[in-house]
Amino acid sequence: MIEVSIAKRQGDFDLSVAFAGEDGLVTALFGPSGSGKTSVISMVAGLSRPDRGLIRVGERVLFDSSAGIDLAPPQRRIGYVFQEGRLFPHYTVRGNLSYGMTLIPAADRFVRFDEVVEVLGLERLLDRRPARLSGGEKQRVAIGRALLTSPTVLLMDEPLASLDSARKDELLPFIALLPSRFRVPILYVSHAIDEVLRLADRLVLMDQGRSIASGPVEAVMAGPAFSKSSNGRDVVTVLVARVFGHDAEGGVSVLSFAGGQIKVPRLPAPVGRHLRVRIDAGDVILSLERPSGLSVQNVFPGRVLSLRQTGGLVDVGLDVGCALTAQISARAAVDLGLAVGMSLFALVKSAAISRSDIAEHEPGA
Amino acid sequence: MPVPTLTALEWEALRLSLWVSFWAVAVSLPFGIFCAWLLARRRFPGRTLVDGLIHLPLVLPPVVVGYALLVLFGRRGVLGLLLHDLFGITFAFTWKGAALASAVMSFPLMVRAIRLSLENVDRGIEAAAATLGAGPIRVFFTITLPLALPGVLAGVILAFARSLSEFGATITFVSNIPGETRTLPLALYALTQVPGGEAAAFRLCLISVAIAFVTLIVSEMLARRIDLRLKG
Repeated sequence: MIEVSIAKRQGDFDLSVAFAGEDGLVTALFGPSGSGKTSVISMVAGLSRPDRGLIRVGERVLFDSSAGIDLAPPQRRIGYVFQEGRLFPHYTVRGNLSYGMTLIPAADRFVRFDEVVEVLGLERLLDRRPARLSGGEKQRVAIGRALLTSPTVLLMDEPLASLDSARKDELLPFIALLPSRFRVPILYVSHAIDEVLRLADRLVLMDQGRSIASGPVEAVMAGPAFSKSSNGRDVVTVLVARVFGHDAEGGVSVLSFAGGQIKVPRLPAPVGRHLRVRIDAGDVILSLERPSGLSVQNVFPGRVLSLRQTGGLVDVGLDVGCALTAQISARAAVDLGLAVGMSLFALVKSAAISRSDIAEHEPGA
Repeated sequence: MPVPTLTALEWEALRLSLWVSFWAVAVSLPFGIFCAWLLARRRFPGRTLVDGLIHLPLVLPPVVVGYALLVLFGRRGVLGLLLHDLFGITFAFTWKGAALASAVMSFPLMVRAIRLSLENVDRGIEAAAATLGAGPIRVFFTITLPLALPGVLAGVILAFARSLSEFGATITFVSNIPGETRTLPLALYALTQVPGGEAAAFRLCLISVAIAFVTLIVSEMLARRIDLRLKG
């Protein structure tokens, strides 16, 4: 359990956030650049100091302005993976990994060196120096180095931001493994939605120094704060689904979710694998009648739950067995005569769902 | 062809020069690192004054520094008396005095080089070490200092070279005593003062050039090894 409730004024920038993360789970701090995400975790790590507030990890209070508690970074028992790695250039990989580990009492270590080396695939690299590592390798070492301090929480500040997409895909599975494998909660800073879909169980939405929403990823992304933070551009639904089967000839995979089945472009994931599917509200078409003679593969009967107009667009909240949001023009809404409670059909084109909209994600503990 | 050999006097001056310079650098190095750190990392009242004091020998005539040392550390000087009574150290007219004069004169060069490299050490890497559980002193000795090593080495070499060539402050403070304070530059000066000393003076010149070369080559080799360590 990590609890953060802090405020700080930095020049013209007012930071004021409050959220909680749970054990064994990944909590993502998500928001545009400059929204204060990095400032928050640097205060959790003790590298900068809030004006007031409380930071608690489990039973340990790291900072409490009302009680005058402010632990120094070395006392906080926090693992911090920086965006640029920040490996020690004059130590080998082995030296980097064991630097923090040797500083804590043997009795407090619950992460074993050999296990970290194995899970992160560092065996071949142990005797190299950081200058001779690739970007992805550096970040793996940085993650291992932080983990080996047996931290109470692992802070990750956009650890993939400096990598190209191939390296990113290579590293994501390693990170996804960590919370369950090492029983360490993770606070993950990112502005990339695909990373959040893949890794996070809980989402804290940040905007201009404030935490504007927090909760389970699907719930926060379906909420109004999420679309507001991106000026209405990102109205999405995140479906929790499983791979039901593959249709090799048809080039599609069939996923099952609360609203039935949905066909998406062929996936490499095995049957039974848990997935998250992001559906852009603009890709959802509404029809008053069950359509025929269309190329659309996915047709879901449902009911209108809510209507919200922003500018010339209307967000239509639907219940198709689970929540689904469609975004249509105000004109179209009038023409269809949309009203809350109305029954209609939601259509989603398979090809509109790209690979980056689908992320493997095992539900957290 | 006979191998060129050094005369007893030349040996004596050479040995004394190296000895004096070695101690000048060795004893001033910890202070140099501390002052460099103070100036690079701390903001405190009087910082400009400390900065100025350290750099003073660079801009003052060496004779002035030598005279100041004589007044402070001479037999009747305040500090000279104190050090004599406390530790039995006498600076006046001994090689220790020559080392002190060299250390004071070369100190600004040493501090400048170390300070520059300390300022270039990535504070982010130090912060990373702190989050890994290292306290400030451990961070300094395991991260900051090793990363500033090229600058420390440069500072040592500069100070050593400056010590080898030290003349004005030394001759003013501890005079020109054969076997005690007569280092290479002082021996050379003595030779130029007697008729027919030109040939011997020229030989000392060559020796000075040779040491300077060796010093540079050794420092280059060390720098390369450090570089290799940092670049894998």
